[in-house]
Amino acid sequence: MSAGDHTPVDGNAGTFLSVRNLSVEFQSEGMPLRAINGVDFDLHLGETLCFLGESGSGKTVTMRSLVQLLPPTARIGGKVWLDGIDVLTLDADRLRAIRGTQVSMIFQEPMTALDPVFTVGHQIAEVVVCHEGVSWSTGRARALEMLELVQVPSARRRLDAYPHELSGGLRQRVMIALALSCKPKLLLADEPTTALDATVQIQILLLLRELQRELGMATIFVTHDLGVACEISDRVAVMYAGRFVETGAMAEVIDGPRHPYTIGLLNSTVHAGSERGKLAPIPGAPPDLLDMPPGCAFAPRCSRVVAACAERVPDLVEVAPGRSARCPRTGDPGISLPGPTPPGFPLPRE
Amino acid sequence: MLWYVLRRLAYVLPILLGVSIVCFSLLHLAPGDPLTAVMPEFASDQVIEQIKRSYGFDKPVPVQYLLWLFNALSGNLGLSQVANRPVLDEIVPAMVNTFQLAAFGIGLSLLGGIGLGLLAGYTRRLVTDRAITTTAIIGVSVPHYWVGLVLIAILAVTLGLLPAMGKAPPSPGFGLDDIRHMILPGITLALIPTGIIARSVRATVIDVRKQEFVQTLQANGLPPRRTFLHVVKNASPTVLAIIGIQLGHLVGGSILVETVFAWPGTGYLLNNAIAYRDIPVLQGTILVLATFFVMLNFLVDLAQPFLDPRMTRQ
Ligand SMILES: Nc1ncnc2c1ncn2[C@@H]1O[C@H](COP(=O)(O)OP(=O)(O)OP(=O)(O)O)[C@@H](O)[C@H]1O
Ligand code: SF4
Ligand SMILES: [Mg+2]
Repeated sequence: MSAGDHTPVDGNAGTFLSVRNLSVEFQSEGMPLRAINGVDFDLHLGETLCFLGESGSGKTVTMRSLVQLLPPTARIGGKVWLDGIDVLTLDADRLRAIRGTQVSMIFQEPMTALDPVFTVGHQIAEVVVCHEGVSWSTGRARALEMLELVQVPSARRRLDAYPHELSGGLRQRVMIALALSCKPKLLLADEPTTALDATVQIQILLLLRELQRELGMATIFVTHDLGVACEISDRVAVMYAGRFVETGAMAEVIDGPRHPYTIGLLNSTVHAGSERGKLAPIPGAPPDLLDMPPGCAFAPRCSRVVAACAERVPDLVEVAPGRSARCPRTGDPGISLPGPTPPGFPLPRE
Repeated sequence: MLWYVLRRLAYVLPILLGVSIVCFSLLHLAPGDPLTAVMPEFASDQVIEQIKRSYGFDKPVPVQYLLWLFNALSGNLGLSQVANRPVLDEIVPAMVNTFQLAAFGIGLSLLGGIGLGLLAGYTRRLVTDRAITTTAIIGVSVPHYWVGLVLIAILAVTLGLLPAMGKAPPSPGFGLDDIRHMILPGITLALIPTGIIARSVRATVIDVRKQEFVQTLQANGLPPRRTFLHVVKNASPTVLAIIGIQLGHLVGGSILVETVFAWPGTGYLLNNAIAYRDIPVLQGTILVLATFFVMLNFLVDLAQPFLDPRMTRQ
């Protein structure tokens, strides 16, 4: 943790979640693997933040570290304030008390994320019974209410269904019902639609957006799908090798990315703003976390790299109101924005 | 559900039929003429004929089988050639003794196997796990009678702590002495099943705990005892199947163990029947034991869908 980085952020008006200098290290044989390195952000109730980035950039680990849901080999550093609670210092009992009630998670695979040998009604009721100390019949009543909330057809009958008796879309609705059953204020959704058919994906996304607005939850959303991200998010944090490299309002970042990695990512993905036939993959591969390049982690793949880039890791600095990027050269005239340019050779603009 | 029961039953009936055929064939497969034991030494042809007829040996083999099966089903397993009493009267008390000992051994092996297995499954890679796994492997690899003899040598002969042989003398009720007599044969009997059950519980629990739904439970803040219940219910179908097989083996193992400890059960009875070539007793005992084994597995199969709802569909 860098010195002097102890900004008191708890109790900030309107801020529900504050993350400061979050880091995660996995202790493996030999060298520890630093998967997350100095992540900072704030989130308000009712706001949706999306993590974007290539596979292995640390989206899942960041999200899970917020509720300490990581294997025992993980060492989490930094501060996570949730509604004024210092989450990373909680003991096991207190941590359990906020899981499900303050923070809930939706997983990618609704088939394997539900217990196959209990009915879905039982699984939802159990969470309610455990957290609220109510009777099982009250828990069951809540389960029915939740299934109706997530628009499961013939909900009463589905209470006694086992996960394998439901379609993928219904299972994911059940997962959402389960996650929301104790009215959490922060929802963590890790690629909640990736395992579903395209048409079902849209239904689930619409449902999530609707619920999120209705219940006023803060939401963190991980996806590989830029279209999905645009649809559902207010803000975006682009991750590269365990760091945020660009943050800002979703629409602004999509329309005018500043960090060379974000530019590359947008150029290599189909999304609303992209032009047909102009897809250009970023050359090279993400760095090995055990053998990181000095300075900017993106330097080996960056088309605008200069010698200074390898000297030190650039800071995440504000480049416009509400927007930050981790690259000192975003303001340089040599930096371009995506546009009708040949693949790999973005021309300067403005 | 009913359909499932019927289908399992359709598997069981042919097996039972096969068992009965094997038992019946013992008579004809066993070397030597089964009648020599009951034949007067210098019987005339006429007497031989008469005895054959009285035992039904003059009829064709399939008819003999059907008659034998019909009798067996109505509880008539024939006459013991040695004791000259109905086989059933020999088997029933032996059966009671065997089940008493087996129940004790089953209790020990379930307690030990499940307890140690859970402990090992929850303390993976730690010293306890190593110790339990090693014990389980030893338990599986050492022969029954050897363990029995070692236990007798140490605990009964050298230390004089426990009786080495037989059953407690008959007394009203079931007392401490009965248990003292069961401890050594019970431990001997339980050793192998304990090892196998412990290993399978451990493997299954480790497997289940790796599944993603356990993370969901944790993410939803369920306390460890509730997570534990989920793990146990998920592990139970696999473990139950193993337990069913092991209990069958345990009853089978009782043949050796009862002999070592002179326990008056079916094993002891079988051993004597083999020694004296008392074929009807042999047939009856094997038939009853094999039926028990098959029914045990049938019951395990029936219990599976209650534990794992995915099974009825397949
Ligand atoms: N249990 C673990 N032990 C060691 N390293 C891990 C562990 N879990 C994740 N990592 C490492 O942490 C890094 C970040 O992984 P993470 O799962 O957060 O990526 P992601 O951005 O979610 O990728 P994806 O899009 O594929 O889900 C990866 O390099 C991964 O190898
Ligand atoms: S700091 Fe240098 S290498 Fe890194 S993204 Fe900016 S220009 Fe590229
Ligand atoms: Mg991930």
